[in-house]
Amino acid sequence: MASSPVPTLGKDLVGLESLSQEQILMILDTAEPFKEISERRIKKVPVLRGKTIVNLFFEASTRTRVSFEFAEKRLSADTVNISVAGSSVIKGETLVDTARNLEAMRIDMVVMRHGSSGAAKFLADRIPSNVINAGDGRHEHPTQGLLDLLTIRDHCDRVQGLKVCLVGDILHSRVARSNIYGLLKLGAEVAVCAPKTLLPSAIGDLGVKVFKRIEEAIEWADVLNVLRLQLERMEEGYVPSLREYNRIWGVTARKLELSPQDLLILHPGPMNRGVEIDSDVADGPHSVILNQVTNGVAVRMAVLYLLAGGQPGSAEAAKKEAGT
Amino acid sequence: MSAKALLKSGRVVDPSQGLDEILDLLLVDGIVASIGKDISGPEDADVIDCSGLIVSPGLIDVHVHLREPGEEHKETIATGAQAAVAGGFTAICAMPNTDPPIDDPAAVGFVVAEGRKVQAARVYPVGCISVQRAGESLAPIGEMVDAGAVAITDDGNPVMNSGLMRLALEYAQAFEIPVVDHPEDLGLSAGRHMNESVISTRLGLAGKPNAAEEVHIIRDLLLAELTGGQIHLQHVSTQFGVELIRQAKARGVRVTAEASPHHLVLTEAAVEGYCTDAKMNPPLRTADDMAAVRAGLADGSLDVIATDHAPHHYDEKEAAFEDAPNGLVGLETAVGIIMTNIVGEGVIDVVTMIDRMSCGPARAFGLSGGTLSEGAVADVTVIDPRLRWTVDPSAFQSRSQNTPFAGWELTGAPHRTIVGGRTVWAR
Repeated sequence: MASSPVPTLGKDLVGLESLSQEQILMILDTAEPFKEISERRIKKVPVLRGKTIVNLFFEASTRTRVSFEFAEKRLSADTVNISVAGSSVIKGETLVDTARNLEAMRIDMVVMRHGSSGAAKFLADRIPSNVINAGDGRHEHPTQGLLDLLTIRDHCDRVQGLKVCLVGDILHSRVARSNIYGLLKLGAEVAVCAPKTLLPSAIGDLGVKVFKRIEEAIEWADVLNVLRLQLERMEEGYVPSLREYNRIWGVTARKLELSPQDLLILHPGPMNRGVEIDSDVADGPHSVILNQVTNGVAVRMAVLYLLAGGQPGSAEAAKKEAGT
Repeated sequence: MSAKALLKSGRVVDPSQGLDEILDLLLVDGIVASIGKDISGPEDADVIDCSGLIVSPGLIDVHVHLREPGEEHKETIATGAQAAVAGGFTAICAMPNTDPPIDDPAAVGFVVAEGRKVQAARVYPVGCISVQRAGESLAPIGEMVDAGAVAITDDGNPVMNSGLMRLALEYAQAFEIPVVDHPEDLGLSAGRHMNESVISTRLGLAGKPNAAEEVHIIRDLLLAELTGGQIHLQHVSTQFGVELIRQAKARGVRVTAEASPHHLVLTEAAVEGYCTDAKMNPPLRTADDMAAVRAGLADGSLDVIATDHAPHHYDEKEAAFEDAPNGLVGLETAVGIIMTNIVGEGVIDVVTMIDRMSCGPARAFGLSGGTLSEGAVADVTVIDPRLRWTVDPSAFQSRSQNTPFAGWELTGAPHRTIVGGRTVWAR
């Protein structure tokens, strides 16, 4: 047995800000062997057999919840989905009471999405189960950040030294924060581009460049990660109109011609076609938007495996302990 | 206890008379009968040895939320008045943002009556500026003053309508009461939860810029200057806000202003980890802002230390940061915090501390007290400047324990609180 200390993730995955480069790479490397499971005819390994996982979603989500559920089921965990509609939360139960009740049913892990920043840490501090943040307010969405990193690494063979620009609503985006922390820790250069109304005033202090106009960003970047513009941002006055947003900040094939190279295009979904991204870009040859979705399952399997105590180097072996 | 008390050999600190020396103080029938060296009081006077202790005019907190009526699970007038005397305060001003709000004379009378039931701090009601604190039309200010209100405010809310604020500043002049404002431009702050900075960016919390407070301070100062009215600005937390008040005072604007203990000793760093006990409004700000508030307190730009005592039930603070209410309890920690972290660090001396916690509040709100001159009301606070203690919220008289100061080790504490010549609390 190797005696060098193996990094661990600790009890929870609340965000990427608190992780080291080694921990992030460990998750990405662990995701690699798990990718293959989803390509099998029988997509199931017994890694988490007997584990009980609750997917606790206080905000609507299709993609992230389904991705976690596939990851859990492909690892043979028992899962329960709780979404806010129809749960006792509507009846006024507090977050801490909901958590304690679940805990009393002897669960092992909670995957939570919540509208309040810090909700994942709040829960993690109060229950002994593993907590995985599936998005807390505008704070972090670490598994999205990880799957974006994995997708970039897949297509560029590295993250170190790449120029990655996040485009769009940075202010309200948990995806943006997790991307910024993850990319910087892996040595990428990071920029953001948005109307100033959609940028936190101190965003530059996080160590990112700021572009006022998308044309400048396109000329600079190797990778664009295009964020969703929530339609209510227009009603709230952050942007005057969706048409204007598309004209000035939307990623279009015509604007991409400004780049001397082919840019890799990511989008965490769901897309507003014709707003932040045009269809010819989203469906174009350099879009890896669906690869992100595929990688999402593998990354979440890796996180579940590691938090459950799995050894990073043993994922391949664990996978092969067939449930025969 | 008899109606006569002789406080012997204390260090009497009374800025209203320029006193800071070892003196005796005789209280008879609720008033200060005499003050001087080696007073031999009447034989039936209770003699209280105050050697080694500070004897000051009773401390006054002009900014306290007592939650009654409507939120008695957080605090009541009785528990708040008890917490006040345990913190060395002989009088407190109760904010009107209750449910229902204190916006008519009957409601003011209720606060007066409940306050009189407890043998604790004097409870002075502050009435609303506007009906239902809705910011639309003036509440019956004159009738409320007749019923006992000492000031008006929509605290909790700012008065957003500048026209209404002008009317309040004009109308209140007939009654010689201050118009008290919580300076905050809601257009810049609504739905936001902490100071706007790199910390708020990292934590994913929407931030309130300093400008949200400063825009409103400028507005209020201009209207006070326009009307000749008396404005009292609550819990000033920003560097430029302090400077604006300093400049306005130099121009002769009738303005008084508060510093809160938490803005004097904490910065936004206390929010890290989503600490809901450090969530307050205005928010904790930067070290530069804290230094400016300290400087404003020292040079008199800020006249008053007021706690903004804001009790909340632990269930309400046991929530995600954005879902938790603003505020902290302050009555029972103020003296220790100011003695330890403000006087102890040389920001102000004890004389200035007593001015900002007793004389300044009495002047700003036109209250009796704030002096130990002969014939004055016998409200006295005795402070032990050397007592070392640790903040233990479970020992609070307040019904709530929400404080970011739990576990702080402090030096200096209230020793005895005397209201109207009677000891209502002693350690």
